[in-house]
Amino acid sequence: MTLLGQFALWTAFLLGIWCAVVGFSGRWRGRPDLSTSVIRAVYGICAALLVAAACLWKALITHDFNVEYVWAYTSRNLPTYYVLSAFWAGQKGSLLFWALVLSIFAAAAQALSSRRYAALLPYVAAVTSAVVAFFLSVMLFAANPFERMAVTPFDGRGLNPQLQNVGMTIHPPMLYLGYISITIPFAFAIAALLSRKLDTGWIHAIRKWTIVSWLFLSIGITLGMWWAYVELGWGGYWAWDPVENASLLPWLTMTAFLHSVMIQEKRGMLKRWNLGLIVGTFMLSIFGTFITRSGVIASVHSFTQSNVGYFFLAFLIIAGAFGFTLLYTRWHLLEADAKLESMVSREAAFLFNNLLFLGIAFSVLWGTLFPILSELVRGTKITVGPPFFNRVNIPLGLLLLALTGIGPLIAWRKASTSNLRRQFIWPVGAGVATAIILFALGMRDGYAMLALALTGFVAGTVSQEFFRGTRARRRIHGESLPLAVVRLVGRNRRRYGGYIVHVGMLIYFVGFTGMAFKREREATLKPGQSVELKSPYGHTYRFTHVGISQYKALNRIVSAATVEVARDGKPEGVMTSEKRQHFTTENGAEVPSFEPSTEVAIRSGLREDLYIVYAGSVNGTEEAVYRFTINPLVWWIWFGGFVLVFGGMITMWPGDGSPMPAPARRTQAGYGVTLVGAGEPS
Amino acid sequence: MNEQLVTSRRTFLFRGTAVVAGAIFAARRASAQAQSPLAGSGPTGMLGDPGAAGRAQAPTTSGDNDAAIQSIEKRLRCTCGCTLDVYTCRTTDFSCTYSPELHREVLALQAGGMNGQQIIDAFVAKYGEQALMAPKPQGFNLAGYLLPGTLVAAAGSIMLWILSRRRVRTGAELIPVEVHATPEELERLRAAMAEGEGG
Repeated sequence: MTLLGQFALWTAFLLGIWCAVVGFSGRWRGRPDLSTSVIRAVYGICAALLVAAACLWKALITHDFNVEYVWAYTSRNLPTYYVLSAFWAGQKGSLLFWALVLSIFAAAAQALSSRRYAALLPYVAAVTSAVVAFFLSVMLFAANPFERMAVTPFDGRGLNPQLQNVGMTIHPPMLYLGYISITIPFAFAIAALLSRKLDTGWIHAIRKWTIVSWLFLSIGITLGMWWAYVELGWGGYWAWDPVENASLLPWLTMTAFLHSVMIQEKRGMLKRWNLGLIVGTFMLSIFGTFITRSGVIASVHSFTQSNVGYFFLAFLIIAGAFGFTLLYTRWHLLEADAKLESMVSREAAFLFNNLLFLGIAFSVLWGTLFPILSELVRGTKITVGPPFFNRVNIPLGLLLLALTGIGPLIAWRKASTSNLRRQFIWPVGAGVATAIILFALGMRDGYAMLALALTGFVAGTVSQEFFRGTRARRRIHGESLPLAVVRLVGRNRRRYGGYIVHVGMLIYFVGFTGMAFKREREATLKPGQSVELKSPYGHTYRFTHVGISQYKALNRIVSAATVEVARDGKPEGVMTSEKRQHFTTENGAEVPSFEPSTEVAIRSGLREDLYIVYAGSVNGTEEAVYRFTINPLVWWIWFGGFVLVFGGMITMWPGDGSPMPAPARRTQAGYGVTLVGAGEPS
Repeated sequence: MNEQLVTSRRTFLFRGTAVVAGAIFAARRASAQAQSPLAGSGPTGMLGDPGAAGRAQAPTTSGDNDAAIQSIEKRLRCTCGCTLDVYTCRTTDFSCTYSPELHREVLALQAGGMNGQQIIDAFVAKYGEQALMAPKPQGFNLAGYLLPGTLVAAAGSIMLWILSRRRVRTGAELIPVEVHATPEELERLRAAMAEGEGG
């Protein structure tokens, strides 16, 4: 099977080269046969990579330990679902996964795109095929997943215990799907530049792709936070690790694009900016891959260091130079159709929103690369960790949160004073009321209070938008309240789906704020001994160590430390944290395969999470060392993720995606008429 | 021998009942003892496989929960290569041998009479600037702290300046268009715009 896999990889690679050369050269113009050939090559690449993937999966499932990758990431006693997910657990497999998914997306882009964009599609095929060919070249010349070993071991090394978690079966694919799908908008942008078809056509062609990418990235990042929280045992979910930062960067620029593209659609402005954002987002997704795989920056997430980093660096430079040079050469074709007229307008609010997204992206990138820069300039190694990122990014994040509430309240084109007064009074009131209530409840943390007050303000904005829209529907159509809400959202999915996304972000912010009130304590307890910890809400938790039991399960020996929990003297049940010693087989005997890993005991609630970590035992006895943590409001982060995804899905739900003609959009934005003698426009 | 084993039915039933009752009583008593709450320090048995429970841990000391110590350790980087701070590493990666050692070093320096800043300075002197989780905001490092905010502020100011100039220039370009509509029609238009304004 590995031979077939190798053959499939080479077939896909050669097809990719053919497609890229013919597609970019433009020789297909006036040659329908070549044009068809280019597009068929995309499907051919996809089919070849499906074969290659099937070969690797078969090798994994059949425990073919002669294949180095299978030996390195699986073992005979590994549960089947982890054997399947081992496909993307290592460098080589994840490269094949990347190429496979990109080829599927590329084929889908060809199959699903409207024939209106026929002039762009061969160029799109060329770009996607070039990217796939690049990934295949890395595999064929540096990291081949089908590489065989000189001898066949009886058993494999097994999968890292920290990857043996349901989150790790979903989180990496989701993140990869986000990273990979960015290639499609990038391909359309390059196609528009190459074909000089720079009207809003390419924007409409990629609208759903950009939301898909953004959604996958959002899901991937949130699942990564969840995995870090439940699996790593440090009681947090975001450590500003370079690889985490690398996933955040394209998300930030993509979010900026999703906002700024509305200005291009409604006003024909920011064309250069939007193209720059798409090219930049693609660069950042490759940069993230470079960071993960090169080992150039120390990270807990990094794959084993190898020379594939050089491939990615070279590709990053070439793709960046190509994309931005192309943009420069088409600069004169990208004149805006209109100009901003007022700083008090929704366009200006979106511009400032973009500025902040880009500012945060820059500060994250800057902080990630600053250790390298410092070493180059001063010859001194430094560490840039969470204190740096928090200090730089929290003020920018709060400004962005404020703009989330301000933007929807300001009219397009130009807002009048009375319009502002009418729009802002309730949301500002909600924000101030939130601050007063929190102060009265005893909150004194400045940043936390500001964050929650701004959350109140934005919640006020969104509620007001829903309230006014629903009221208008009820007045015009006489609908019941639930029907009016449903139809309001259904008829303008993009706008109200976007508001729901904003609500999701608010819920995230509430969760983030909770970390300011974290409580933790370490304790060494003999069976029967207790320790107390006070929650930020004033409750006293009592943790009593019951004992430690050891037993064998699946591919590991489990040491389970059990704790009885009582809140204010009232029993709340037991919680169990574990140490897991995984083992593999060597010469017929079971031997430990990794350092023992920790399984955290978590009791999650709306108000707070109880988080218990069994650190280990004293002198091999039942006397256990624990870390008890109370994490307020963490649950809200995961719930915020659900709301965000729900809102995102509403914005891209099919059936309402037909682009509105530009004049209609501009009329909607208030450019058609000014009502004389009718008072202030709504 | 056979005669010695012979027992009357009544004696057999009496003795049998007594044995069963005694066994039930003993079992209940043992069960009651096992389920009774463990008060104070109970028995500390040995683990069957201590190696499977991870690296042996030292008992917690008062310094481990000292907020001042934790605050210092959150500013110091563990040298094991994990990229975590000393506090997070020693309370998360229980296989790390560096962070417990660095923790003891912090405790020793504090016991020697040093305050937080002096302990951090002592670490920087010993391990170099990379011992800090974030560089000191001085010299070249200031560029790290100030550049993002400065760029955002500068770009924002330029945008505001351009927009404020443009407002003056384009203000006269707004051309009112007269619309002949009844107040009812205008009200319906307002309601429709409130509902359907693109966002």
